[in-house]
Amino acid sequence: MIRDITVGQYYPSESTIHDLDPRFKIIASFIYMISIFAVESIIGYGVVTLFIVFLIKMSKIPIKYILKGLKPIMLIIIFAFVINVFFTPGKVIFEYRIIKVTSEGLYRGFFMAIRLVFLIIGTSLLTLTTSPLKLTDGIEKLLNPFKKIGLPAHELAMMMTISLRFIPTLLEETDKIMKAQMARGADFESGSIVNRAKGLIPLLVPLFISAFQRADDLAMAMEARCYRGGDNRTQLKVLKYTRKDLIGSFVLILYVASLFAFKMVW
Amino acid sequence: MSIKIENLSYIYDQGMPFETIAVDNISFDIENGEFVGIIGHTGSGKSTLIQTINGLYKPSKGKIFINDIDLTDKKVKKSDIRKKVGLVFQYPEYQLFEETVYKDIAFGPKNLNLKADEIDIRVKESMKLVGLDFEKLNEVSPFELSGGQKRRVAIAGVLAMNPEVLILDEPTAGLDPKARDEILKQIEILNKKKKVTVLLVSHSMEEVANLVDRLIVLDKGKKVLDGDVRSVFKEYELLTDIGLGVPQVTELINKLNLRGCNIKETVLNVEEAKNAILKQLRGDSND
Repeated sequence: MIRDITVGQYYPSESTIHDLDPRFKIIASFIYMISIFAVESIIGYGVVTLFIVFLIKMSKIPIKYILKGLKPIMLIIIFAFVINVFFTPGKVIFEYRIIKVTSEGLYRGFFMAIRLVFLIIGTSLLTLTTSPLKLTDGIEKLLNPFKKIGLPAHELAMMMTISLRFIPTLLEETDKIMKAQMARGADFESGSIVNRAKGLIPLLVPLFISAFQRADDLAMAMEARCYRGGDNRTQLKVLKYTRKDLIGSFVLILYVASLFAFKMVW
Repeated sequence: MSIKIENLSYIYDQGMPFETIAVDNISFDIENGEFVGIIGHTGSGKSTLIQTINGLYKPSKGKIFINDIDLTDKKVKKSDIRKKVGLVFQYPEYQLFEETVYKDIAFGPKNLNLKADEIDIRVKESMKLVGLDFEKLNEVSPFELSGGQKRRVAIAGVLAMNPEVLILDEPTAGLDPKARDEILKQIEILNKKKKVTVLLVSHSMEEVANLVDRLIVLDKGKKVLDGDVRSVFKEYELLTDIGLGVPQVTELINKLNLRGCNIKETVLNVEEAKNAILKQLRGDSND
């Protein structure tokens, strides 16, 4: 189950999407995120679907692999759907004792679920096609203007890369400790909620200890190599916008414009 | 307890782009009370193999029988298997979590729903088995111990479940020579005196040469050699090809033979090598 989580992982491949400038990809992701929450009609979601399928095809990442990343958050999606279905006031279409289902609720629940799915797919596409190194570079460059008001752009970007980098490591570690405790008879899957929560202690304590240990080691290793963030640091690969980014911007503008043109937004 | 493995395969991420065959069609039988070394390079599928034996991984293909109980049968409760097959992971000290050594070792037996006095006996017994002083250490936090001691506590935690089969995944990795010898000695005692079936996973030939009765050599997920230690070491060229090599003394004899000596027996330790060389020097008349 733990191996299924794909959020924050990089999928090395050669594609136009991989080649795009990280700054452009980050901004495009933001616009995409805003767009999926602004769209309010079925046709609008049709356009979003076309757009995202087009991007996935371009990125050469198997759809199956991306969909696998949805598995762990299925519960949240179902929860959001159920909450919306049962607790939205409006025209009642189904009633049983205290349970009421309204048409507005169904509509909203459905959209909420769709939005979450698109959100996860879109954001994982960003991390899947951008290596952590490029991603940090992009974030740092984008945050640069805020340096003047005292925002530690480089440090923030560094922190983000490190956390992204350690997601798979921590997952692996969780998996390992879980198995080790299961071999000692621990049971993570059955019992009451209280018992299950208690059952997590043998997992969480070693996990925290090793995470702190890792952080400590990493800090030491960086210091040993005289790491000093921020000013006067030069880069091996300087980010440059290319033709591909120009074409990418056109595609993005086309996407947003089509959403507006056909009144799919509001 | 006997283990029987039939055409076992395990594939990671089946159907995914990262698909890798970790264990490729392996079969072998292990008799009750045997001391078996499983040896192979990093990535040869050793760790995956032993985790399927413990029921932690469901094999992609093939069957595993433990005392004639089919592990791949869905009706078989995995927890029952884990009570009988103890598995000590690589770097097991990372699984420690309790406030005291006593509580940590008692975690396994507690999960077996044993009574407090039975747990007490088992904790004392297993601490003794791994050479830890009960009086001195039972109230100490496991995190205050040295690396070697932590390792012992973790091994004791598995032993306290009284497994009939003990599987150890590189139990000596990262330990100093003294701690390594002590732990191996204790594993040997466990096998000889308590008749526990032991599977020792390692990548070091030197380590297993004088310890185990039988060796299974894995390479790229496949079983390449299986037999008693001497017969396996006879396959000098194959082992070198895989990159495992043989213990230094065995290699020495091989080199001597290349330079004109004629030592027929396979030697495993310095003592045997000395005798073989002396015999050679006294003349070939004995042959």
